[in-house]
Amino acid sequence: MSVIPEKSDLSRRTLLQRAGAAGLLAIPAAGLLSACAGSEPSKSDGGGAAKSKDNPFGVKDGSAVKVVVFNGGLGDQWAKEDKVVFNAKHPNVTVNMSSTQKIKTEEQPKMATQPSDLVMNSGADMMDRSTLINEGAIEPLDDLLTAPAWDGEGTVGDSLLPGTVGDGTQNGKFYVVNVAYTVWGNWYNAALFKKEGWTAPTTWDEFFALAPKIKAKGMAPYVHDAAHGYYPRWALFASIWKAVGKQAVVDIDNLKDGAWKADGIVAALEPWEKLVKDKLLLPGKLDHTQSQQAFLDGKAAFIQVGTWLKNEMAATIPPGFELTMSDYWSKPGDKAAKDVFAASGEGFVVPSKAPNKEAAKEFLRAILSKAGSAKFAELTKSLASTKGSGDNVQDTALASANALVKGGSGELISVKFPDFYADLDKESQNLSEELMAGRLTAAQFVDKMQAAADKVAKDSSIKKQTRTA
Amino acid sequence: MRHGVARFVTGFLALPVALYLFYVVWPFAQAAGYSLTDWGGYSDSQRFVGLDNYVRLFSDELIRKAFWHNVFFLVTVPLFTIALALFLAFLLNVGGREDRAGIRGVFGSALYKVIFFFPQVLSLVVIAVMWQQIYRTDGQGLINGLLIKIGLVDADNPIAFTADPEPFLGVPAVLWWLLLIAVWSGAGFYMVLFSAAMQSIPKDIYEAAILDGAGRFHTFFKVTLPLLRDSISVAWVYLGFIALDMYALVFVMTPSQGGPNHASEIFASVLNFTAFQKGQFGYACAMGVALAIFTILLAAVQLRITRRDRIEY
Repeated sequence: MSVIPEKSDLSRRTLLQRAGAAGLLAIPAAGLLSACAGSEPSKSDGGGAAKSKDNPFGVKDGSAVKVVVFNGGLGDQWAKEDKVVFNAKHPNVTVNMSSTQKIKTEEQPKMATQPSDLVMNSGADMMDRSTLINEGAIEPLDDLLTAPAWDGEGTVGDSLLPGTVGDGTQNGKFYVVNVAYTVWGNWYNAALFKKEGWTAPTTWDEFFALAPKIKAKGMAPYVHDAAHGYYPRWALFASIWKAVGKQAVVDIDNLKDGAWKADGIVAALEPWEKLVKDKLLLPGKLDHTQSQQAFLDGKAAFIQVGTWLKNEMAATIPPGFELTMSDYWSKPGDKAAKDVFAASGEGFVVPSKAPNKEAAKEFLRAILSKAGSAKFAELTKSLASTKGSGDNVQDTALASANALVKGGSGELISVKFPDFYADLDKESQNLSEELMAGRLTAAQFVDKMQAAADKVAKDSSIKKQTRTA
Repeated sequence: MRHGVARFVTGFLALPVALYLFYVVWPFAQAAGYSLTDWGGYSDSQRFVGLDNYVRLFSDELIRKAFWHNVFFLVTVPLFTIALALFLAFLLNVGGREDRAGIRGVFGSALYKVIFFFPQVLSLVVIAVMWQQIYRTDGQGLINGLLIKIGLVDADNPIAFTADPEPFLGVPAVLWWLLLIAVWSGAGFYMVLFSAAMQSIPKDIYEAAILDGAGRFHTFFKVTLPLLRDSISVAWVYLGFIALDMYALVFVMTPSQGGPNHASEIFASVLNFTAFQKGQFGYACAMGVALAIFTILLAAVQLRITRRDRIEY
């Protein structure tokens, strides 16, 4: 799963691809055919050495491991640092590291015959995860979770942030090792708040009390991306989850009868309705980069978006701007006010036919180490999925996101129906935009979502999915 | 045709025809075949469902909405593009003052021709990026910024352009803003087309008309327009095709590709969503086939209606 959006939605290549595909429609994706990798187990030539606490998979000295890194928004410098960490313990194992943005184009054709040992399956050109698992093309990595941590107490599994194991698990087995951790919330400029003597609100009441003071300074209190419906949808769902708790959202994901009409959902959305009605939004229907720049330019006090903001806008963050993340606001009586909106992403996989799976798993252990993950956080200004990666990084954005996760309940906010049902995905994006444009009230939004969910539930041509956890 | 020549021609045509059959005609046939199945696009299993997909088309609200949006473009894109192109071509060729050298265009017409044709040279992506800046929905947009400066637009309530679903003359505002881009980018090409056609009209016809006391208005409607009938008819068909597509503009210029809330949904955007996001390739193919049939019928009807005896000159 890649939660980090592409830099720009408008790329000539995807545009032409889609236009061409829409015109032709008829040539079945050749890539899918070639994706069928054989699943019979292959002999590994890298293992066989004695296993120990420092070498739990028995990596053989003198063997080599091929690691492919996705060189996207996070860069690839952090991976080179992991190589140093790895070689400190295994000086006689050669790491051949390469980085690319075309994971599927370059790696998929090799999956059936001579794959790399460790592949970071990420970015726009990634291999479909379910296909890889269903074809038996990638290795279950449950033994990695039970192996001792590289440089800490306990096992590798113990050292991961909540949700990471769940995100990488399918059909009861752990396949995908997500190394990055994304947190969503409301960003503000701590330096500005200090200067003005404002306190960052934690509840809606505090926000509505602060808003007039912000407006008096000629700023808009709030801004969000109004061109992509999934941006406001994060915020709306954070509010719903916090107000009514996990089970109600699971019911929504499972298309349970009347799930949207559960007590408290309309009330959870009413502050957003009020925010729009009271004209607390920055005027204009800006897209993600426009709205983020407007926030950095001091035109709005808060923006809601994920932790990739720091990297995405790195070039234009003004000096002295203390980018700080705070949790989505809650209101009195919320059932799960302390649950945080976060998810792991940027997943590594080990191909089933990889010649040196032992070293691949050992390299993953190094990536997930305290030393490796701290370097990751330092270089990418994003949290790693290993606990404590951001503890020693001097960066307000990262430190505040880190504090947010640590102060949370341990339960993570997540919504599955957009991945389950394309119709509901589209509808919820559209309706989120409408609510934030003031063309729908909270109650109308809920009515329309219920109607859309009912329509999908009744449509026999749509395969139904179930959320359990 | 003599025997040897036939063999010679066949030899040259065999390869291109084979390529055409394989890469163009065969995919079309395949799409038509898939439209009779419930193929999902990601497996090799599919069930034959007969005309179910086509029946479903008629009860699909979203498709109906998209259809009427396409019809809107079908009427307006050719109408406005051709009107603007004709007007410009007329001014550039015969709209200027008359003097001893005869009929000519307005002053500087050579330069204007280059300027008007320019959008045709730009790639679609460049056009889209440029218009995103022009249509930007806050004070930094070209239009909004200007209008806010001179006080015509309230800074707290800027024009939303393609994010505006409110109806104008019964049609969502976003469609009108897209229409403006389509007309702007198309008019230059048809201006050149019409210019070429106008230049082939003998100057003495105009001179005769002017001697008889016809002004610019009458020369245009009584002389130029009737003699351009063929070119306009062809332009109308081409522009009809463009109007039935419009996919690229909707894809890059509207919120959530077809929004806000389906206000700019067109056939192609629904088709794309159905195939690539919903994974219902069979149904999407049915949409494609339906659109193709509609397009062919339209072109046939249009050419039939506008057919007339050619005037030789």
